[in-house]
Amino acid sequence: MAVTQTTVDTAAAMVTEAVPLADWLLVAPVLLTMAGGATAIIFRKKSFVQPWIAIATISLVILSNIGLLNHVLTNGVVTMVMGSWLPPFGIAFTADPLGALLALTASIATLCVAIFAINSIAENERRYGFYPFLLMLLCGVSGSFLTGDVFNLYVWFEVLLISSFGMQILGNEKIQIDGAVKYAVLNLIATTLLLTTTGLLYGLVGTLNMADIAGKIKALDSSGPVLAIAALYFLAFAMKAAAFPVNFWLPASYHTPRLVVAAIFAGLLTKVGVYALLRVMVLLMPEGRDWLASLIGLVAIATMLTGSLGALAQTDIRRLMGYLVIAGIGAMLAGIAVGNEVAISGAIFYAMHSVLIMTALYLLVAFMFQMSGTFSLRDIGGLYIRTPLGAAIGLVLLLAVAGLPPFTGFWAKLLLVAGALEADRGWVAAGVLVSGLLTTIAIGRLWIFAFWRGGNEHTMDGIQALPIAGSSDASEISWSIWLPLLALTALIVLIGVMPEALMSISDNGARTLLDPTEYIRSVFGGIR
Amino acid sequence: METLFAVLIGILFAGSIYLLLSRKLVRILIGIAILGNAVNLLIFTAGRLTRDVPPIIPENSYFPLEATANPLPQALVLTAIVISFSFLAFFLVLGYRTYQELGTDDLLEMRVAEPKEHSEPPQGY
Amino acid sequence: MNTLIFRTVAPYLSALMMLFSVFVLLRGHNEPGGGFIGGLIAVSAFAIYGIACGVSAVRRAMKYHPMSIAASGLLLAVLSVLPSIFYRQPAMTSQWLEMPFLGTVIDLSTPLFFDIGVYLVVVGAISSIALSLEERAD
Repeated sequence: MAVTQTTVDTAAAMVTEAVPLADWLLVAPVLLTMAGGATAIIFRKKSFVQPWIAIATISLVILSNIGLLNHVLTNGVVTMVMGSWLPPFGIAFTADPLGALLALTASIATLCVAIFAINSIAENERRYGFYPFLLMLLCGVSGSFLTGDVFNLYVWFEVLLISSFGMQILGNEKIQIDGAVKYAVLNLIATTLLLTTTGLLYGLVGTLNMADIAGKIKALDSSGPVLAIAALYFLAFAMKAAAFPVNFWLPASYHTPRLVVAAIFAGLLTKVGVYALLRVMVLLMPEGRDWLASLIGLVAIATMLTGSLGALAQTDIRRLMGYLVIAGIGAMLAGIAVGNEVAISGAIFYAMHSVLIMTALYLLVAFMFQMSGTFSLRDIGGLYIRTPLGAAIGLVLLLAVAGLPPFTGFWAKLLLVAGALEADRGWVAAGVLVSGLLTTIAIGRLWIFAFWRGGNEHTMDGIQALPIAGSSDASEISWSIWLPLLALTALIVLIGVMPEALMSISDNGARTLLDPTEYIRSVFGGIR
Repeated sequence: METLFAVLIGILFAGSIYLLLSRKLVRILIGIAILGNAVNLLIFTAGRLTRDVPPIIPENSYFPLEATANPLPQALVLTAIVISFSFLAFFLVLGYRTYQELGTDDLLEMRVAEPKEHSEPPQGY
Repeated sequence: MNTLIFRTVAPYLSALMMLFSVFVLLRGHNEPGGGFIGGLIAVSAFAIYGIACGVSAVRRAMKYHPMSIAASGLLLAVLSVLPSIFYRQPAMTSQWLEMPFLGTVIDLSTPLFFDIGVYLVVVGAISSIALSLEERAD
């Protein structure tokens, strides 16, 4: 080692004490997915091993994320600085319960999508790089959840954005290119706005490390610049999360890619925006959140209503799902708007729920398309008779997304409403409930039309119409479609029936966000 | 110096936003290119400007001998340049493909994903 | 562009540029240079060769598909992060190995391998874009 030849005291600039092996779990998701993605590219011609490379990698990531969550829950917030350089100079990876929980959920959703894609992504599209893109997307998402540096956050956003572009145009159809133009331009503008704001923040406090920023912002004498930066961050991340009125890219593009791709987009991408909002608004600049609280509340309610009314007005099931994604984003924003511990915990719980449920719903749409050969609410029907199990899965998933007990969505909304009432913001609670009612009507209609009705529109009750050409029989559905659907449904039911464990994690996450002392102590150790 | 740069950044932002509001895809792409450069300049200026002293530690020394330019914004800008360069390359290919496939570069005429006439949702059974 | 002079000179010029790109890559640890800029120089070498002799000649000269080169670079960069795990140090902490070679001492280090990885990623990714654009122009 070079340092041994000199007399320089490195202890002032570098970490000198031994790092426990468990801390490597922080960087493992990023390293594993990068290595797996690279391997998948090298073997891109052997399209039959590709899924297995991806599934093996993501399974390892899940194991490492379980280890990380356990590590964080037992030892508190964990930090590792790259290259041993002491913060704020070294780039820090910091995992708190919020980041670790979302990283775990994201990897589970990605595994389900990877399995689902085995039989639903065509051979040539696999060669075009579906699995490498999927792994790099997970790499970007895990990096965003685990990094402790704002500029690094921007870099991970770009990693996930460029892989999502590649996935968006998989198939090269006209409609995909049209969707990709809107998706790509608006998302790039949002990330550029994020970079602009990060530049301004660096000019203001002179540091990029989140823990350092959280400490230094409190010491500033004037709050004007902080509030401006908070407002800009809110706009940038709201655009990424598809909040009203910057949500229009989502319904314009999410129905165009392959449905497995849309599943992973709906599950992960908007949630990264919400995660970043939680991180920046609650941990870094609580003052900015307090100032913007009423605005965030209005935006949240507008987003929820846009989502649920939009879902009511759609004929195409894929677009209906796009609006359900937006409605969920509104609920999470409501938690940020209220801002007390219960509501933030509700937002975290909702984010976790939303990752699982939105992935599952898009996979359900793919399943319904395979069974019926149509996306139109007018033509679809008769699925209950043809696949009772599929109808049961559909009912569970749709009730869960509307927030009815005993599934995950109910507990998330319960926390949100309880938090809003506790903080004397009844109007936010009312918004959550009204949007829940409208969503229930929308999904009830969807289930009745698709599953309960015997055939397409105008089919009499009790009569089953002939199946539409291009649809397949329930017995032809491969295990790779049933397995992820059943796994996600089982997870949603399980968490719905026993929410205590996850609620305690999300409470823990909310506490660490609201009181940054532990986060700062983890990054700076004994220095401050 | 910083004031001058701030004015320049403002002009670049104004120009790029004007272009982004256009209906033509090519103009939007040029707007994105200018936006990327404006942001890079903004980060560079946010790190305060020091001229003529590159942040290079001389040989046989472990620290710079005098106050140098801030190296961090340079690293950030380099990263941002690489990213915006690769995005621009992607966008140019995407724009070209869009024109080939859809036969238009007018955003208002791109209605393949969201057709103008779409059927009403079912009102009843 | 297909003049006789250019076609005669291009192979030598690109060979020289490749050599220079490796020099810039190795110089990068202590002085200005490094994997990214070295990779860009190497890509310009391929681009010049491609303009003079055609895309298929470049693909033959590269031997491996550009995306495979980029992927192996990414893999190498990831691997170079790992060695510090054996010394109980945080990820990406540099490890040094001094290897005597023909009377001199060569300093091998993990940042060097990271830089070689970056070099390969840049060479692979950018030349794959450049080649596909040149192919379209034909």
